[in-house]
Amino acid sequence: MSPKPVGGPYITGTTILAGLMVAIMAMLVLVRFFFGLGIVTNLNDGYSWGLWLAYDVVAGTAIGCGGYAIALVVYVLNKGHYHPLVRPAILASMFGYAIGGTSVLIDISRWWNFWHILWPTYFNLNSVMIEVALCISIYTTVLMLEFAPVVVEKVAGWTRQRGGNLHALTSTVEKVLDKTIFVLIALGMTLPTMHQSSLGTMLIPFGYFINPLWQTPLLPALYLLTALSIGYAIVMFEATLVSDRFSRPSEARILGLLSRYMTAVVALFLVIRFGDILYRGKLTYIFTSHGLSYAFLAEYLLSITGVILLLSERRRMAPRFQFIAALCILSGCVLYRIDSYLVAYHRAGWRYFPSAPEILITFGMIAVEVLGYILIVRHFPVLYSAERVNAQAPASE
Amino acid sequence: MSLTRRTFLRGTAVAGAACAVAGLAEAEERKEKTLPPKAVGLLFDSTLCVGCKACVSACREANNLHPEFNNGNNLWDAPLDLSANSLTVIKAYSEGSAKNKDQEEDGFAFVKKSCLHCVDPSCVSVCPVSAMTKDPVTGIVSYNPNNCIGCRYCVAACPFGVPRFEYNKTIARLRKCEMCKQRQVAGKIPACAEVCPTGATLFGSESALRAEAERRHKLTVGERTFFPRKTVDSTDTYEKRAPRYNAQTYGLKEVGGTQVCYLAGVPFAKLGLPSLPEKSFVSTSERIQHTLYKGMMAPALLFGSLLFAVRRNAKADEKEDE
Amino acid sequence: MRDGVEQMIQQLNGEMPAGTERELGLSRRVFLQFCAGMAATLGLPAGAEAAIARSIVAKRRPSVIWLHLSECTGCTESMLISEHPAIDKLILELVSLDYHETLFAGAGKQAEAARKASMAANKGKYLLVVEGAVSTKDGGIYCKIGGRTATELLNECAKDAAAVIALGSCASWGGMPSAQPNPTGCTGVSEVWKGPVVNIPGCPPNPYNFLSTVVHYITFGRFPDLDNQGRPKFAYSRLIHENCERRPHFDNGRFAEEFGDFGHRSGWCLYRLGCKGPETYANCPAVLFGDAGGGCWPVGTGHPCIGCTERGIGFEKPIHSLAELKFVTSPAFYPHIVEEQGKGVSVAAAAVLAGGVGIAIGAAAAMAKNLGKGSKPENKPAPKSEDSPDGEE
Repeated sequence: MSPKPVGGPYITGTTILAGLMVAIMAMLVLVRFFFGLGIVTNLNDGYSWGLWLAYDVVAGTAIGCGGYAIALVVYVLNKGHYHPLVRPAILASMFGYAIGGTSVLIDISRWWNFWHILWPTYFNLNSVMIEVALCISIYTTVLMLEFAPVVVEKVAGWTRQRGGNLHALTSTVEKVLDKTIFVLIALGMTLPTMHQSSLGTMLIPFGYFINPLWQTPLLPALYLLTALSIGYAIVMFEATLVSDRFSRPSEARILGLLSRYMTAVVALFLVIRFGDILYRGKLTYIFTSHGLSYAFLAEYLLSITGVILLLSERRRMAPRFQFIAALCILSGCVLYRIDSYLVAYHRAGWRYFPSAPEILITFGMIAVEVLGYILIVRHFPVLYSAERVNAQAPASE
Repeated sequence: MSLTRRTFLRGTAVAGAACAVAGLAEAEERKEKTLPPKAVGLLFDSTLCVGCKACVSACREANNLHPEFNNGNNLWDAPLDLSANSLTVIKAYSEGSAKNKDQEEDGFAFVKKSCLHCVDPSCVSVCPVSAMTKDPVTGIVSYNPNNCIGCRYCVAACPFGVPRFEYNKTIARLRKCEMCKQRQVAGKIPACAEVCPTGATLFGSESALRAEAERRHKLTVGERTFFPRKTVDSTDTYEKRAPRYNAQTYGLKEVGGTQVCYLAGVPFAKLGLPSLPEKSFVSTSERIQHTLYKGMMAPALLFGSLLFAVRRNAKADEKEDE
Repeated sequence: MRDGVEQMIQQLNGEMPAGTERELGLSRRVFLQFCAGMAATLGLPAGAEAAIARSIVAKRRPSVIWLHLSECTGCTESMLISEHPAIDKLILELVSLDYHETLFAGAGKQAEAARKASMAANKGKYLLVVEGAVSTKDGGIYCKIGGRTATELLNECAKDAAAVIALGSCASWGGMPSAQPNPTGCTGVSEVWKGPVVNIPGCPPNPYNFLSTVVHYITFGRFPDLDNQGRPKFAYSRLIHENCERRPHFDNGRFAEEFGDFGHRSGWCLYRLGCKGPETYANCPAVLFGDAGGGCWPVGTGHPCIGCTERGIGFEKPIHSLAELKFVTSPAFYPHIVEEQGKGVSVAAAAVLAGGVGIAIGAAAAMAKNLGKGSKPENKPAPKSEDSPDGEE
């Protein structure tokens, strides 16, 4: 049993609302390109990186790490029964990274020079950012190629009826993709390991601008762990959401098994994070950083709650607790990333809060993801039937 | 819990390895940057500055910048801070009655803000497309708009908040002090040092400037001495009593040293010059990156093993599927 | 001013005693203009010129003893060469100058005798004007007049004087003769004579500051308000730097760097050449000097102020060394070390964000509530949280 298009109407309340958000974003983006960043955003010389970078890029690509996280389980730990989760995860990842890349294009002021980050004569190999930029660019392409079989499958189904040379071509493409996909899959795990950790390293040059609760040489490790945490959380969140919204049977069994990887990674993250603060002797900052103390506690407690909720076998298998725990961990780790880039970043005298248009553009980006996901899942063979998903799941591992 | 010790270890192997490498990164030494051979710089002596802002005016003229109005009327050029249009500004510290110059309590003092031309500049290290460069001979840190993609990483990363961007322009660029390199090519000195009436801003070779700072530190307070103007080796000097200086010169060691150094009578932190570690922040980030990506060995190794694992496990999957 | 003078002339026409014009040697109009000028210099209110005119004409001329000690006679010279109408005559007619070594017709014992006679006749009523520093070293042997040391002369004359005026920087605190290494131990009048002394410093002092002080004394019977250095406030309360015609050049950072360079020829600020305007109090920029017309005062002619009216500046600091700024003006124009910049949260932004997050949390909560409730809910059109900042896909 292979995945099938979900089908159903394209125009619903949800897609109309999402479309509206995308339209608003498109208009605001045009304004930004004609009149500069200042008119749309509250960016300034104290906070030259704002919401778009912190959320759309840094948190957004982590949200796009579902594919990475699942692939690690399926291909490195060799747990084939999670395979049905790969396609939807890759689709979400593709959107996450495409949105991140697009946001970067909107955010950088001299966008016409964007190609410089791909042109070796311009490279500054000391820069963490060149690694991140190159890596994300390549990975976005890899994700698209990884998703290509889905499209080719659809096209093949269409050409099969027509027959002839066209079908010969599509089946060749299908075969080539099938033979080479393992390279893409391996690349698809190497690249996020590189750039997701580098996203953390990118903060190190900020030095004292970032509160010591977040600023540490272990940032690359912590960023890699949050990428994985968010990756697992988003897969669980998304699967639950999809079964609920598309009125499909629950995938709770397989998700319950998967959640153990999530809690393990989150627990490791929380332990390293706390141990690092302890080791560097910055424990007092937890209580003396005013607003930031609350931010720290909020993200830490959210993640811990997620882990604790899933400790019991009963709750781990219940869709409701899976959903709540995934949300807790998702928001905890996303907050960690936003905090480290934006909230914990402080420059004397400077203030920043995203402007309404800035927030609307970010919402528009999220709407693109939602809209794209719904349309593609309805039209292309992405989702396996739940029977198949659950049937493969062993009672325990 | 069905999560065995074995799976746990395996599941976090990749993350664990990355942690270990990042932690070990500290051990790998990246050479600390040193002053370029013919480093030039500025020495700003806050005790000599009278706040006349001649440097601000001259900088405007030398770099084709327009006046900035911030004080409610459009009559006087009054930049509040460095900006893409103000490459140097004079700022005032004042406390209490603000009656005594260069005194922390009930006193006031001036400080000149501009690029410090770090020995190990953050902006140069973080720029992905080499738009920020440090001259290997003079050490001047400059900006090349032709390379710049406008990511503003340098703006966010400079520990002194020097590079500033044009947010309100369609075709925007960055601006920062480049020590009037266009004037230096023509044999002139930076405009701010050229016009400074008191020699508070002094231009010269970095070694001579640091020697001059050292000399001033050794003076006894109230002793009559000569202060040069324009350049450190200038014959244009005047006599004045030695002021009381802070114990340190700012910029000798901060984030690996700067080519613009400061002398002052009030604590540097009060003048917006933060206390910074001797090691630059970017030396840490570069050390981590160059350890992890040395010859692309680690990524290649990771890719290779993943390739192996995927090939083996994907085949197993296929069999299972059939 | 001109209208006021016309009015006053009308007013005083009847009051002025016949023969005044002849006595003073100047026309009524010129005389009244002088009185108005004095009143203006002193900063006196309207009507004061009439009082001055009346007192000058009516009151008995006070006797003045004028001592010359260690000095160059520049003060007297500057007084004499004033171009203002008949100043010299006024100083002679206004007061009864009973003893003045430069202007005296008599000499030697005769002059000394006149001084003693006048002092005896006007005991407690005469004004003592001292020009020059008091030499004190080695028993005062470096300055003797009629065999008497400066200290003896000063104490003798000051004892019965109604008031003592120290004219010029030398008399005020020692001035030029007291410059390092001060071989003759010169010092100011107030260091030797412990009674009240009015200082009119300057090298030379502006004659109008002296005349105005004397006229004030004649008119009101007391001296104008003095500052803590004994200087009349009307003349010595303004910082030269604050009132200088070249101030805009300072504010714009345009400094002459050498005598004769472009900036110097263009009339730029002389601070860099050592101008002591920033630490010297005097009314030079306002009343100018030497009656030679506009711009005629040291800075106006292109030479930095040497700070002659300021103790510790003139004759102590090298002429071309930089001045200390007494205080920095227009502090409002200096940005603070840390300026509050950037935009904080706006109502619109807060509303949009709260709305988005609110909908997301609401939807998630609603969904969590329904999850696992046996039967699956149908695909109802309830809005999903598109704009959740948590990025639902």
